[in-house]
Amino acid sequence: MENDPEAQANVFLGVQRPLRLECGVELKNFPVAYQTYGKLNTEKSNAILVCHALSGDQYIANTHPLTGKLGWWELVVGPGKLLDTDKYFIICSNILGGCMGTAGPREINPDTGKCWGLDFPVITIRDMVHAQAMLLDHLQIETLFCAIGGSMGGMQVLEWAATYPERLCTAVPIASASHHSAQNIAFDEVGRQAIMADPDWRGGNYQEEGTIPYRGLAIARMVAHITYLSEPSLQRKFGRRLQDRTAVTFGFDADFQVESYLRHQGSTFVDRFDANSYLYITRAMDYFDLEGRYNGVLGDAFRNTKTRFCVISFSSDWLYPTVESRRIVHALNSVAANVSFAEIESDNGHDAFLLEEPEFWRVLSGFMDGAAEHFGLPNYALSKTD
Amino acid sequence: MVIEKDRRMIRIDLQLIADMVVPGSRVLDVGCGDGSLLDYLLHEKNVDGRGIELSMDGVNACVSQGLSVIQGDADKDLFNYPNSAFDYVILSQTLQATMAPREVLENLLRIGKRAIVSFPNFGYWRVRASLALRGCMPRTKTLPHEWYDTPNIHFCTIRDFVRLCNNLEINIEKSLAINSRRLGSAIGSRTFAANLMGEQALFLLKRNSD
Repeated sequence: MENDPEAQANVFLGVQRPLRLECGVELKNFPVAYQTYGKLNTEKSNAILVCHALSGDQYIANTHPLTGKLGWWELVVGPGKLLDTDKYFIICSNILGGCMGTAGPREINPDTGKCWGLDFPVITIRDMVHAQAMLLDHLQIETLFCAIGGSMGGMQVLEWAATYPERLCTAVPIASASHHSAQNIAFDEVGRQAIMADPDWRGGNYQEEGTIPYRGLAIARMVAHITYLSEPSLQRKFGRRLQDRTAVTFGFDADFQVESYLRHQGSTFVDRFDANSYLYITRAMDYFDLEGRYNGVLGDAFRNTKTRFCVISFSSDWLYPTVESRRIVHALNSVAANVSFAEIESDNGHDAFLLEEPEFWRVLSGFMDGAAEHFGLPNYALSKTD
Repeated sequence: MVIEKDRRMIRIDLQLIADMVVPGSRVLDVGCGDGSLLDYLLHEKNVDGRGIELSMDGVNACVSQGLSVIQGDADKDLFNYPNSAFDYVILSQTLQATMAPREVLENLLRIGKRAIVSFPNFGYWRVRASLALRGCMPRTKTLPHEWYDTPNIHFCTIRDFVRLCNNLEINIEKSLAINSRRLGSAIGSRTFAANLMGEQALFLLKRNSD
């Protein structure tokens, strides 16, 4: 596996010692699906964990098996790219509760032989991170050069920094937050209600009953998708332009381009995502409250940390606005942690971290290079020289 | 690849600041601009260096060259740092642009064991002459702005600054007046000449309490 520049694997974790979830349930012998890119160096010092967001998965830089599309961070991860697979060993695992091979409501409950459905325990960001740490144990990687991720991926990064500081050289939470705000929870709740209101959801038992709550999940995705964009970017892309017609039809068909676009977003999402998974993952995000765990003092989560942080936000992101990143930065300052922080000017909204943003890339690559120098990472082209 | 720039060449006033920093210490540069001083200190003095910069362009330039810099401002973002987090806190040519210079100065010496502060001296003879003879707000090489668009809202003279330090019981360990040829000379206890001839001033300060 380690000689393959792009390797895909499934592993069963918690075989000897189960993973004790925050809700109290113990998860044993559970699958984790992951992808690796590049090659681990002999010092095992060049590993980067990419933490994916709500609707992401482990296919960051190769063709997605269900959609046939390029990986979600193809622009950033690859040979010679910002996260250079000639230099770094990049790992991305499907999160706990996900629906691309890691244990989640869609997978089989080994105790019953049936799909977990709503019997799957409610998981948290911290549980996801514990599962990732178990994966690293399995891969015999003690220390990560970097944990990086946007949105919910950034929450995992913060959780990594709080829970496993000694295993983390650098942490890069992008367009993220240390807790879910009332507005974040509100939008998630609309999504969940849409799914649960779909008669095909069948009380969460749709897999057993052979239905799929397409409409509910599509609506959840449509709502969420609006929150990933910004008002100016919606206006620029669609304005009030009409879809394949010259006048409004005085009906409820998709007259406007923006309606058609959202419907498309909704319908393509249901082909690759599981409705129950959506419930579980949004719940995990809602429960995330790092400062809450430290009695309201976020700095205590990072006390004595040696990890170098690079916090990045985007000016038009109203889902996880800059003020949330600044809260993290202030907490890190309060414990004199080593932190860089940049707000990138962009009108691409929350989704900016997935798109072509040269300024973001410039800042990130400067940080990575500086950190690689600081932590004495052997320079470039490991796989080319041997 | 990063193009290696000549780190030994920095502005002379920044060089004078760098000379005050003991190698290997922890440094916070408040208002670090494009990061030239921080970069120099990091590589030539092996410091553990951090920066705060108001302009996003400056921040992005710093972070993209590998410096640990956050976007923030001296008036608002110093309160978060714990006491004695740094050996030196540097405030170069920024004090006169802060909303509350006295609070800023107190914060510098709370979070740093020492502070290095430089500012344009409003007692400089050209400044005085501009006001006295021309009757106009002064514009010099170090103070190029018109009165209506200047970011500098709290000017002081060397003598004013020394008096504030005395009031706040801050020890002045070193002080330099920098003339128009950017040469530094010790200010000493008699400030009259320095206050007249110094275009800029540079102070190394230490808390009196320890």
